[in-house]
Amino acid sequence: MNTAVVVFPGSNCEHDVVYALETLGGSADLVWHRDTDLSGYDSVVLPGGFAHGDYLRTGAIARFSPVMGEVNRLAAAGAPVLGICNGFQVLCEAGLLPGVLLQNRDLKFICRPIHLRVESTDSILTRAARVGDVLEIPLNSYEGNYTASADEIASIETGGYVPLRYSSSTGTVDTDSNPNGSTNNIAAVSKSNVAGIMPHPERAIEEILGSADGRVLLESFLQSRVAVNV
Amino acid sequence: MSETMPLHQALGMTDDEYGTVCDLLSRPPTEAELAMYSVMWSEHCSYKSSRAFLGRFPTTAPWVVVGPGENAGVVDLGDGWLAALRIESHNHPSFVEPYQGAATGVGGILRDIFTMGARPIALWDQIRFGPLDDPHNRYLLEGVVAGVAGYGNAVGVPTVGGEVAFEECYAGNPLVNVMCLGIMREEQLVLGTAGTPGTIAILLGSSTGRDGIGGASVLASASFDAGSDTKRPTVQVGDPFEEKKLIEACLELYDRGLVVGVQDLGAAGLSCATSEPAARAGTGMDVNLDAVHVREAGMTAAELLMSESQERMMAFVHPSKVDEVLAVASKWEIDASVVGTVTAGDTLRISHNNQVVAELPAASLSEAAPILRRDSGEPFWLEDLWTNTLEYLQPPDITRCLLEILADPSIGDPSWVYEQYDHQLFLNTVVGPGDNGSLLRIKGTNKALAVSTDGNGRQCYLDPMRGGANLVYEAALNVAMLGAKPMAVVDNLNFGNPEKSEVMWQFIETVEGMSQACENLGIPVVGGNVSFYNETDEADIYPTPIVGVLGLADPAPRSVPRLNRAEAGMALWMFGPKNSRNLAGSSFEKIIKGHVGGRPTGADSTTGKAVIELAVALAQNELVPVMHDISDGGAAVTVSEICIASNVGAHLQYSSWIGLFAEAPHRIIAAVPPEHFTAVRRLAEDLGVPVSELGEFGGDRISFDNPVAGATSVSVDKAAEAWRGAIRSRMSH
Repeated sequence: MNTAVVVFPGSNCEHDVVYALETLGGSADLVWHRDTDLSGYDSVVLPGGFAHGDYLRTGAIARFSPVMGEVNRLAAAGAPVLGICNGFQVLCEAGLLPGVLLQNRDLKFICRPIHLRVESTDSILTRAARVGDVLEIPLNSYEGNYTASADEIASIETGGYVPLRYSSSTGTVDTDSNPNGSTNNIAAVSKSNVAGIMPHPERAIEEILGSADGRVLLESFLQSRVAVNV
Repeated sequence: MSETMPLHQALGMTDDEYGTVCDLLSRPPTEAELAMYSVMWSEHCSYKSSRAFLGRFPTTAPWVVVGPGENAGVVDLGDGWLAALRIESHNHPSFVEPYQGAATGVGGILRDIFTMGARPIALWDQIRFGPLDDPHNRYLLEGVVAGVAGYGNAVGVPTVGGEVAFEECYAGNPLVNVMCLGIMREEQLVLGTAGTPGTIAILLGSSTGRDGIGGASVLASASFDAGSDTKRPTVQVGDPFEEKKLIEACLELYDRGLVVGVQDLGAAGLSCATSEPAARAGTGMDVNLDAVHVREAGMTAAELLMSESQERMMAFVHPSKVDEVLAVASKWEIDASVVGTVTAGDTLRISHNNQVVAELPAASLSEAAPILRRDSGEPFWLEDLWTNTLEYLQPPDITRCLLEILADPSIGDPSWVYEQYDHQLFLNTVVGPGDNGSLLRIKGTNKALAVSTDGNGRQCYLDPMRGGANLVYEAALNVAMLGAKPMAVVDNLNFGNPEKSEVMWQFIETVEGMSQACENLGIPVVGGNVSFYNETDEADIYPTPIVGVLGLADPAPRSVPRLNRAEAGMALWMFGPKNSRNLAGSSFEKIIKGHVGGRPTGADSTTGKAVIELAVALAQNELVPVMHDISDGGAAVTVSEICIASNVGAHLQYSSWIGLFAEAPHRIIAAVPPEHFTAVRRLAEDLGVPVSELGEFGGDRISFDNPVAGATSVSVDKAAEAWRGAIRSRMSH
């Protein structure tokens, strides 16, 4: 069984995601945003990039791409659906995840490795990790500032929907370790089989590129695929 | 523009050039023809002031597949892999409108690369501004960096390195040069040829509008004055989303073998994209401007031919493949129009509103362009400049000077800039920004490509020939320290007004110095760009060549020398010439003394070459975990940068304090593990490179020790604080 990696016009991390999944033993195909049949796929990744140029608002046009009907169907059927960076923004716009991603606090694009503390292992991103682990993963975004209404934040927190928070290298979660102003340092959100993450785990799968800490996140995703058994 | 000015003058053409056009055509040109000649014969497109001298560069080597003259240089990496590389400037547009000027500079250089069939895999930006205490210069830096980031990140090509520097001479004329590298399999190489008669020309990408009209002729080929703001409408507006789709569509066309040639539309737009491919193919072409997809109605033929609307490509396609090409364009959601047919003969015939508006020899636009031999002469002030040296009776406070130099924006931490760029996309970036150079692996092979881009305007101002040579050695050495053998150069020659004899002299001297270094190292120049008229209100910039050197590591070392790999217990050695005692042109004199004078130390061809060979050997054999060249700021800064990156102290003995800040070429500071002492010494000896055992790494202070003056030191933390705030602290208000 295969993972569908969706390519919107303007996506740019799709090849990296395929490379990372295959490096970790998965198999993945690129599927064009006009495809309307994802039968044969047991999981979906919406990769990073600038879908439809990020015009209007990040993810706002992508949610209407023809492929999203199938993404919704697979999500409803329990297949793991992961949005990375721009893909996270698309999932929020599509209503598959709560909240929105605003411009970074300092109104600048941020590309640098940051640290994430594992908060929960009850997610398709962290089931193979341990609570308290600190992972070094590259962040690469302009709109990475996770925000939601007070009520939504309360239900996200009480529901345990935050698998990863921005932290220091020693695991301290505070304002200093918050790179972009995200509420409660939220770096990822997960609701049952759907998850979004702002940093790029696919950029951290080999020591030669600086870190292999992203492996555990993508391995969790691949393992979830088996567990869900669509 | 005056209402009474003749049209050719308003378009930036001289009366002589107008006369040449009349002679060529045996009649006065039409308005459309005049528009075409004016852009194609502009300084920016024709290289008319520089062409006579660019022939000096060595351009051939067995591994050069495509040299200068095409859209990009192409070199053979072995095993069927090719690399395409090019550098371009967008100086004037970036001054007039920093965000869009820089953004479209990125867009333009990308098209030069994927025009050749290669996927662009990395960008480098070389940017220079006036001092940051002026809010206007902060505005320009902010805008240019946001423009490079906004376009590069969104188009999906990582910016993996570059350089930022600040100097008074760039206040009225910042420099924005961008280099791009692409890779491809050899069967994907495409040239900018129109093919044979019958071939169909298809215009792909953005619609054509009035934006950017006169960019090349009016903006890039003239000097600036107080009215430069009025030139803002000549700057194009970029759309990275359109370019991203265009890249993917073109790469699919190449993969499927659907085109015989491709030409991008940059400066001179359709004028260039029709005439140059026809000239290269030795054909003519019939072009129908009514078929061009436009974004506004009522454009004249001249406007259509001169428009610099971004994100457009001209594909030359066999008639049997037209439908397939249009289908690929449709899939990627880009517009496409069949606009022309290649013809026998050599006539470029352009029609608009069903009338022929231009009919001229295709090759005359490029090949008949004037070649000027402008006056050149050594500046009258040069002798005075060389004798204007400082004498030092007392040694300075070394650590105080060091901290001041580390805190200078040209020396200190550039991460404020590069953290705004995606520098990791494609998962190739083994060594990214902030190190000696960049190292990109080619996945699925053992190969890696190293690139360093460098500039040294102050040295070239003091001595353009020495500066030009030193620059090539520096960039080649940066590549070598990553374990790669230097193999090709691209250059962007940024100079002042060529109508001044001293500017032409600086240009010719620089080209000579660079050429000598390239010849000695056996690395050809495979492409480049010349940017003249970098002056505002009569003040010229320093002569500022920028070079990009490409090197190949095959195989790539498993463990590449990095700045952050020094550890306590490793020895601190220097390779290269000893006893440098010249501070002319140094950062020390500029920053501490506010002085620019004297004559910088020139290159030594024997040692220069040997040090580069040594660096490759040390990296390939994984004998030293850290190498860093001595350049801006001298050895004191080189050692400090290693200490800051590695978070370890160092203890260094020196004989003369001047040697700590001198910037003579061909010198490397290395961290050498004791177990490799013998092997390293033997390698250096075999290559004839002097070794100086200066000290060792350890502790948490950087200390400088002299038998007479005693020791002075600064903590690594304090040095790091000064270095990290250099740009960041100035940009935070």
